[in-house]
Amino acid sequence: MNTTTANAADGRIEVKNTTCYMCACRCGIRVTLRDNEVRYIQGNPDHPLNKGVICAKGASGIMKQYSPARLTKPLMRKEGAERGAGDFEEISWDKAFEVMEERLRHLRGTDPKKFALFTGRDQMQALTGMFAKQYGTPNYAAHGGFCSVNMATGMIYTIGGSFWEFGGPDLERSRLFIMLGTAEDHHSNPMKIALSKFKRNGGRFISVNPVRTGYSAIADEWVPIKPGTDGALLLAITNELITQGLYDREFLIQYTNAAELVNQDESSDEFGMFVRNKDVEVGEKGCFDPENKLWWDRKLNKPIVTHTKGADPFLFGSYTLENGTVVKSSLQLLKERVEQYTPEWASSITGIPADTIKRLAHEMGIVARDEKIELPIAWTDVWGNDHDTVTGNPVSFHAMRGLAAHSNGFQTIRALSIVMTLLGTIDRPGGFRHKAPFPRPIPPCAKNPKSPEDVQPNTPLNGMPLGWPANPDDLFVDENANPVRIDKAFSWEFPLSAHGLMHNAITNAWRGDPYKIDTLMIFMANMAWNSSMNTSEVRKMLNDKDESGEFKIPFLIVADAFQSETVAFADLVLPDTTYLERHDVMSMLDRPISEFEGPVDSVRIPVVPPKGDCKPFQEVIIELGSRLGLPAFVNKDGSRKYRDYPDFIVNFETEPGSGIGFLSGWRGKGGEKFMKGEPNPNQWEMYEKNDCVYHHHLPKSYQYMRNWNKGYLTWAQDHRLTRFAEPINIHIYSEVLQGFRLAAEGKRAGKQPPEHLKARIKEHFDPLPFYSETLESQLTDKHKYPLNALTQRPMAMYHSWDSQNAWLRQIHSHNYMHIHPSTAQAQGIEDGGWMWAESMHGKVRCMARYSEAVEPGTIWTWNAVGKASGAWNLGKEANESNKGFLLNHLISEELPKNECGEHVSNSDPITGQAGWYDVRVRVYKAEDDEEKVTFPTFDAMPLLPGMEQRRSWLGYFAGKFTKKGAK
Amino acid sequence: MTQLALVIDLNVCVGCHACVTSCKEWNTSGPAGAMSDDNPYDKDPTGTFFNRVQTYEIGTFPKTETLHFPKSCLHCEDAPCVPVCPTGASYKREEDGIVLVNYDKCIGCKYCSWACPYGAREFDEHQKVMKKCTLCVDRIYDESLPENERKPACVMSCPTSARLFGDVHDSESEVSIAIRENAGYQLMPEWGTNPSNHYLPRRKTKLHYHEDELQRADNPLNKEHSVDPVDAPTLDDSTSW
Amino acid sequence: MHPAFSVVFLTTLIGTGQGLFLALFSAQAYSELNLLPSMSDTSFFGMGSVLALVFLVTGLIASVFHLGHPERAWRAASQWRTSWLSREVIALPFMMLMIFIYGVMHLFGLDAVIYSDTSGNHFSYSLIVAGSLAMVAAFILFICTGMIYACIKFLQEWATPLTVINYALFGLASGFTCAAGFSSFYNAPELTKFFAIWAVVLTVVVLVTRLASLYRNSRIKHKSSMKTAIGVRHNQIQQKSMGMQGGSYNTREYFHGKTAAFIKSVKYIFLVLVFPLPVILLIAGLGTADTMLLVAAFVVQFIGLIFERWFFFAQANHPQNLYYQTV
Ligand SMILES: Nc1nc2c(c(=O)[nH]1)N[C@H]1C(S)=C(S)[C@@H](COP(=O)(O)OP(=O)(O)OC[C@H]3O[C@@H](n4cnc5c(=O)[nH]c(N)nc54)[C@H](O)[C@@H]3O)O[C@H]1N2
Ligand SMILES: Nc1nc2c(c(=O)[nH]1)N[C@H]1C(S)=C(S)[C@@H](COP(=O)(O)OP(=O)(O)OC[C@H]3O[C@@H](n4cnc5c(=O)[nH]c(N)nc54)[C@H](O)[C@@H]3O)O[C@H]1N2
Ligand code: SF4
Ligand code: SF4
Ligand code: SF4
Ligand code: SF4
Ligand code: SF4
Ligand SMILES: [Mo]
Repeated sequence: MNTTTANAADGRIEVKNTTCYMCACRCGIRVTLRDNEVRYIQGNPDHPLNKGVICAKGASGIMKQYSPARLTKPLMRKEGAERGAGDFEEISWDKAFEVMEERLRHLRGTDPKKFALFTGRDQMQALTGMFAKQYGTPNYAAHGGFCSVNMATGMIYTIGGSFWEFGGPDLERSRLFIMLGTAEDHHSNPMKIALSKFKRNGGRFISVNPVRTGYSAIADEWVPIKPGTDGALLLAITNELITQGLYDREFLIQYTNAAELVNQDESSDEFGMFVRNKDVEVGEKGCFDPENKLWWDRKLNKPIVTHTKGADPFLFGSYTLENGTVVKSSLQLLKERVEQYTPEWASSITGIPADTIKRLAHEMGIVARDEKIELPIAWTDVWGNDHDTVTGNPVSFHAMRGLAAHSNGFQTIRALSIVMTLLGTIDRPGGFRHKAPFPRPIPPCAKNPKSPEDVQPNTPLNGMPLGWPANPDDLFVDENANPVRIDKAFSWEFPLSAHGLMHNAITNAWRGDPYKIDTLMIFMANMAWNSSMNTSEVRKMLNDKDESGEFKIPFLIVADAFQSETVAFADLVLPDTTYLERHDVMSMLDRPISEFEGPVDSVRIPVVPPKGDCKPFQEVIIELGSRLGLPAFVNKDGSRKYRDYPDFIVNFETEPGSGIGFLSGWRGKGGEKFMKGEPNPNQWEMYEKNDCVYHHHLPKSYQYMRNWNKGYLTWAQDHRLTRFAEPINIHIYSEVLQGFRLAAEGKRAGKQPPEHLKARIKEHFDPLPFYSETLESQLTDKHKYPLNALTQRPMAMYHSWDSQNAWLRQIHSHNYMHIHPSTAQAQGIEDGGWMWAESMHGKVRCMARYSEAVEPGTIWTWNAVGKASGAWNLGKEANESNKGFLLNHLISEELPKNECGEHVSNSDPITGQAGWYDVRVRVYKAEDDEEKVTFPTFDAMPLLPGMEQRRSWLGYFAGKFTKKGAK
Repeated sequence: MTQLALVIDLNVCVGCHACVTSCKEWNTSGPAGAMSDDNPYDKDPTGTFFNRVQTYEIGTFPKTETLHFPKSCLHCEDAPCVPVCPTGASYKREEDGIVLVNYDKCIGCKYCSWACPYGAREFDEHQKVMKKCTLCVDRIYDESLPENERKPACVMSCPTSARLFGDVHDSESEVSIAIRENAGYQLMPEWGTNPSNHYLPRRKTKLHYHEDELQRADNPLNKEHSVDPVDAPTLDDSTSW
Repeated sequence: MHPAFSVVFLTTLIGTGQGLFLALFSAQAYSELNLLPSMSDTSFFGMGSVLALVFLVTGLIASVFHLGHPERAWRAASQWRTSWLSREVIALPFMMLMIFIYGVMHLFGLDAVIYSDTSGNHFSYSLIVAGSLAMVAAFILFICTGMIYACIKFLQEWATPLTVINYALFGLASGFTCAAGFSSFYNAPELTKFFAIWAVVLTVVVLVTRLASLYRNSRIKHKSSMKTAIGVRHNQIQQKSMGMQGGSYNTREYFHGKTAAFIKSVKYIFLVLVFPLPVILLIAGLGTADTMLLVAAFVVQFIGLIFERWFFFAQANHPQNLYYQTV
C-alpha cells in the first residue's frame, strides 16, 4: 500500500512498496520518499520472505540510486577507438534501436546462432530466455553455469528439487543442521532469520567449511575441510550410516529407488539399468519414472513390481532372476560402492579426524531416528495409501558453492542428496523442503534443442534454449558429435549443462570454436571482470582483431546500469534503470520466491522516475521483439502487440489462451484465479495493493511429501505447475547417468560420443556417487602449488556492483588474502604485508591477513572487491584498484591440455559448472622493494558521457533541503 | 526510572552489517544528519557512522571461534562523556537514560569522545560537531509510526534479531529477561561506566549420545538377510551324523 | 592518542605564558620584599606581561583550530560544576584579564604602593590585586589543564597527579627560562640570575617528576584488555576487521600512526631538549652574561616541550584503541 502525507516540517512524505534488488534474494521493501527523494528503505514487515528485516546492501539502496557510476545515456563506441578504452559518444535511443534492429534482423534471417545473449545475475530469465527462443538462437544462458549449476543438477537429478530458490532446510523444526560450503549470504535474509530462530530453539548447527566466517561463525561446531573433498566426507558418512543401520528404511523403500533391482549382467546392453517388468502397463510415456521396476520381496523371496500393495522388499541383496540375470538392489550397490570409503580413508583426504566423521554420521542418524516429528496432518500418497500423519526426521542441510564450484561437485552433491535421503529427510518436517514449482520430475521435462536443424532462420526455437537432458539423445550436437552451442553446453563435453557455460562463451567466440558469432549481447553481467575466469586474457580477447582488422567478436552490446569494467568493451551501451525505477516480475516461470507453504511470486513497481535517458531493459526487449516481428511480440498482422512491459506482463500468455503468464497471482478477469486464468487488466494494481507479492498457501496436507503427495501433485497438475501427477521417486541410483555411460561403452544406440571423450564420460557418468580429485588438482603439480585458493562473498557487497556504493565501500574498500599464520610465516609473509599468489595460470600481488579461521592448506579472499582502475566512477587512487585484487586472474576458463583435447573448459565434466574453487596456488613474499600496489592493474577507465562527476564529499539528506556536498 | 538500551545477542549475530547501514540511512536524513562521508568515491573512503560491526578471532586453529561484534554508544548509566562536556551539549536524559548530543550547543572540542572508553562517538567532519547513536529517539517516540515500528532502525533491520531494545530497569522487560537468563554482560566493567547496552555471550548446543544408541533392536539392518542366496553351500551339504 | 598540533601548541604556549607571568610576579614580589633589587626599568613587568599575553593569545588562537565551532566557544563556560575543560575555559580568560590589568598597571604607571613597612617592603596594587589574582588563576589553570587530562581515568598514562604536577612545572620551568632571557634583555643581572637559577631548579625538579611519570607509564598495567573489551575470556583474541577500511574518526583521533622507534626517538629528543641542554645554556648564559645563550635556552626548551607534549599524547593509549586494531 502506498501512502502520501504532506507535512510542512517534514516535507512531502510518500511510502511505497516494492521489491529489493540489491541482491538476488528479493526481499520486500518499503521505500519512504521525502520530496521525491529516497529517505528510507526498510524491510516490508508484511512480506513473507524477509518479514520486515533488511540487510546491509538493501539498506544502502539510496547510495546505489544516487551513485555517480550510473549510466544515463545510450553510448556508441567512437569510430576507431579501442575496446576497453571507454571512448564513447552519446547517441539517441532511436539510433540505438536502429543499429540493433538492422544487425539482429540480418542475423536472424541468415544464421540466428550468430546472435548470443548472455545475462548474468539477473532475475528475468523468463523474459530473456523467451526472447532468445523467439529470436531462434540457442546461444543464450544466464549465470547458472558459472554459479551453481552443480547444486541445481546434482540435486534435481537426484531428488527433483534443490537448494537456493528451489528448496531449503526446514529450520523451524529441525534439531540438527549441517551447512556445507556456504559463505555468508546465501538465501540472505531468510537464512539469517531461520538460523537465529533455530539456534534460539536449541538446535545444533554444524558448519563444514575450510573457512569460518559469516554463518559458520555462529555454528556450534566448525568442521574445517580441505576444499574439493566433501565428496569423500559424504561418502564416508554414507558408509557409516549404512553399516550402523542409521537410515530410514521405510522411506528408502517407498520413496526412492533404493530397493529397486539393477541389472548386473555385464555382457548385457542393459547393464546397470533397472530391470523392468514388461507386463506392467505404463500408460502414457513422459518425463517421469514409469512404475514397472522390481523389488525383491522378503516374504515371497522373489521379485515383485515396486509399490505392489503389501509387498515388503529387501533393501539390500543380490538376486538371480528367473532368466538367470543377476540383479542387485540400488542400495546394495551403494553399500558396495562405499565400502572403500571408510572414515579413516576420508580422514586422510579431507583432513577431518575419522572419529569426527563417524560422530557426525552418528549424530545425524540418531537425531533423525530418535527425534522424529509427527504432525497430525492427514495426506494420501500417489499409490492411494492414506496417512494419518506427516512424519519427519529433523536433520537438515544446506549447501552451496563450496560444493558446487568444484569440477567434482556434481557427484559430491549427489552424495549429499543421498545422505539426506538415507536419513529420510526429503520434503518432510524438519528436513529439506521444496518450494514451488518444485519438485520437478527427474529430470525435468524442459528440453534444449537437439540438433543443428532445430535452429532455423526467422524461426523461433521449438523449445527453450536451456533444458534438462534425460539421455544422450537429448544432447545438442551435430552429426559429428560436435557442439552446436557457442558455449558447448549440452555437448558430450558437458552433457547435463542445464544452465549453459557462460564462462566459456567469450573464449569460444573469440577462437571461433565451434564457430564465430557476430553479436554478443550482455545484460547485467560483468564478463570482463567478475564473471570471467582468466580475466586479463578475456579482456584481451574482447579487444582482439583478426587479420582484416575486424574484431574477432564483431559486435558487443552491453546493457548495464553502471559504468562497469565490461561497459568499457562495448560497442553499444544501453543504460538500464535501477530496481527502484522499473517494473519487474519474479515469475513462476523463472525462479520465484516461493515458500515451503506454497508458491509466491512478486513484482517491482517503480518508486522513482528513471534517471536521465535510462530505459528498463525489459522495455528494450519488448521493443526489439516488436521491431523484429518475433511472433510472441506481434499480432498476426505483424503490428506491435504490447504497449510496454507492464502491458506485456498482464497480457502475455505462454500460448494463446493458455491462461499461463508471467504472474500467477490475481489472474482471471477479476483477479479471482491463481496460476491459470485469463489476463487481468488490473493485475499490477492488485500486486501493488498487496505488498507487491502474491502468496498462495497450500492446504497443510499438500505441504509435505510433495514428490509423492497425490493431493499436491494433482493440484500442481490442475494448476499447470506440472504436466504429470506421477510420483517423483528419489534417484539414489541414477539410471540417467548410466545411460550416458552405456553410450560411452558403445552399448547404446543413438547419439555416440566422440572417441576422445569416451573415457571421460565413462568415468564421470557413474550412476553412484564416487570421489575423485578435482580436474585441476589432477593436472597440477601439487608440490609446486600446495595450496587451495577460494573466494567468499561478503555480506555487505553484491558481486562486483557495490563498490559504487558510498556506504558499502567503506565497509569493504579492498580485500586481503586470508592465510593461516603458519602458512604465511613459512614464506616470510607478514600480517598485512604484500605477497604473491601464483597458480599455473597467473599471479596476483595482494596483501596478507593472518587468520586462525582458515584451514592451513587454504587461502581465501572476498570476491570482486578488487576493481579495475577508474571503473564504477572510482578515483584512480581508490583502494579497490590499488590494494584490492581479483582472484579470477589465477583461475583459468580452460584446463591445461589433457587427453580430452586442448580446449576443455575448467568445469565439471557432467554439468559444465565452472570450477572456480579448484585452483591451486603457491604463495611467496613480495620483495620489500616492490611497488606496494596490487598486480595486475589496468589503464584507468575514463568517465563516460552522461555520467556525473563524483563528489569529494557527501552529506546525503533526502529532500527538504538542497543537497549538501561539494565537488 | 527508565533506562532504554540495546541488548546484542552475539550468539546469533552473523556480522551482516545491516544494523550499520540501516542506522546510517535512517539517521542521515534525520536530526543527526546529514552524516557526512569523505572521499566517498576515492582513496580511503570514510564517514560518520553510529554503529560498526567488527570481527574477532578467538583461539587457534582448529579451535577457532569467529566473533562478530556490533558496537554503538552503550548509553552508560554513569556516562563519563557527559560531565566532561564543557558546554552541556552532551547530556543524559532523565526520562529514559538516553545519552545525546545537542548539535546546536556542541563546540566540537572532542573532549567527550576522549572520555568514552568505548570509541562510540564520532565527530562529523563537515558539521564539526560530535555525533553518536541516538537510540533513534526520533523513531521510538514517533506516534506517526505504527507501534511495532517504534524501534531503532538497527533493531528493525537485524535479520537475526540479534538486537533487542527495551528498558533494562524494568526487570520484566524482554531485555532484562534476556540479560538475566543468558548471562548478559557489560563491556569494560572495570571503569564503572555501567553501560546500559548489554551483550549476550555465545551459547553452544552439544549432542551427547551413548554407544548403546547405535546397537538398538530396531536397527533396520535386522530386516535384511545375509546377501548370500539360500542355495549357497551349508553344513548340511558336507556333514552327516 | 593522535597528538593534534593545535593542542600541542595550545598547552605549551599557555603553559609558558602562565610560567612567564608567575616568574615576573615572583620577581616583583621578591623585590617588593627586598629579596631582589627592584627593577629600575618600569616597563619590565609591563613588557613581560605583554610577552606572557602573546604566548597566551597565541595559545588561544591555536585552540581555535581545535574547535569545530569556535564561535560557540562561550558556551564552554557553562559546565564548571563538572567539567575541567569548562573550568579551564573560565580560568584562562580570567587569568589573561588579570595579567592584562597587571601589565597595563605597569606599562602606564598606574601602579601605586598600598603598603610599605619600615624594612622597606612595599606592596603595590599590581602585586596584591591583579598579580595575586592572576597568580591564583594561573595555579588554578595549571590544575584545570592538568586535570583535563588526569581526570580521564581510563587514560591510565594521564590519570595521575603527576600529570598536573608536570603541567605546572613545565609551565613554570619554561616561563622562568623565558624570563631569564627576557630579563637579560633588560640588562638586569640580578633578576636574570634569579630567573635562571629558578629555571634550572624547576627544570631539574620537573626532570624528576617527568622521569617518575615515564617510569610509571612504562610499568602501567592496562586495566582494559581484549578480554574486557569484548567480554570473552580467552588469551588469544585478535581483531580481524574493525568494520570500516578507510578509517574513521576513531582511527584518526586516537592513533599517532608512528612506529615505536619514532616514538622512542621523540622521547630522547625531548629528554635532551627540555632538560640538559637548556640547563647548560642557562648556566653558560649566566656565566657569560650572554643574552643569546639565555634566549637559546628558552627556544631549545620550548621546542623540547613541543616534543614532550607530542610524546605525552602519543604515549597515551586509549582503551578505545582495543576496538580499532585491524583494518
Ligand atoms: N552479500 C552477497 N550475497 C550473495 C552474493 C553476493 O555477491 N553478495 N551472491 C549471490 C550468488 S550469485 C550466489 S551464487 C550465492 C553464493 O553463496 P555461497 O555459495 O554461500 O557463496 P560463496 O561465497 O561462493 O561461498 C562458498 C563457500 O564455500 C566454502 N568452500 C569453498 N570450497 C569448499 C569446499 O570444497 N568444501 C566446503 N565444505 N566448503 C567450501 C568457502 O569457504 C565459502 O564459505 O550467494 C548469493 N548471495
Ligand atoms: N573468483 C570468483 N569469481 C566469481 C565467483 C566466485 O565465487 N569467485 N562467483 C561467480 C558467481 S556465482 C556469479 S553469480 C558471478 C556473478 O557475476 P556477474 O553476473 O558478472 O555479476 P556482477 O559482477 O555483479 O555484474 C553484474 C552487472 O550487472 C550490473 N547491474 C547491476 N544492477 C543492474 C540493473 O539493474 N540493470 C542492469 N542492466 N545491470 C545491472 C552491474 O553494474 C554489473 O556490471 O560471479 C562469478 N564470479
Ligand atoms: S537480502 Fe538484502 S539486498 Fe538482497 S534482496 Fe534482501 S534486502 Fe535486498
Ligand atoms: S544486523 Fe544483526 S546480525 Fe547483522 S551485524 Fe547487526 S547485529 Fe549482527
Ligand atoms: S558509550 Fe561512550 S559515548 Fe556512549 S554513554 Fe558510554 S561513554 Fe558516553
Ligand atoms: S565535542 Fe561537543 S559534545 Fe563533545 S565535549 Fe565538546 S562540546 Fe561537548
Ligand atoms: S539505535 Fe539508532 S542510532 Fe543507535 S545504532 Fe541503532 S540505528 Fe543507529
Ligand atoms: Mo552465483
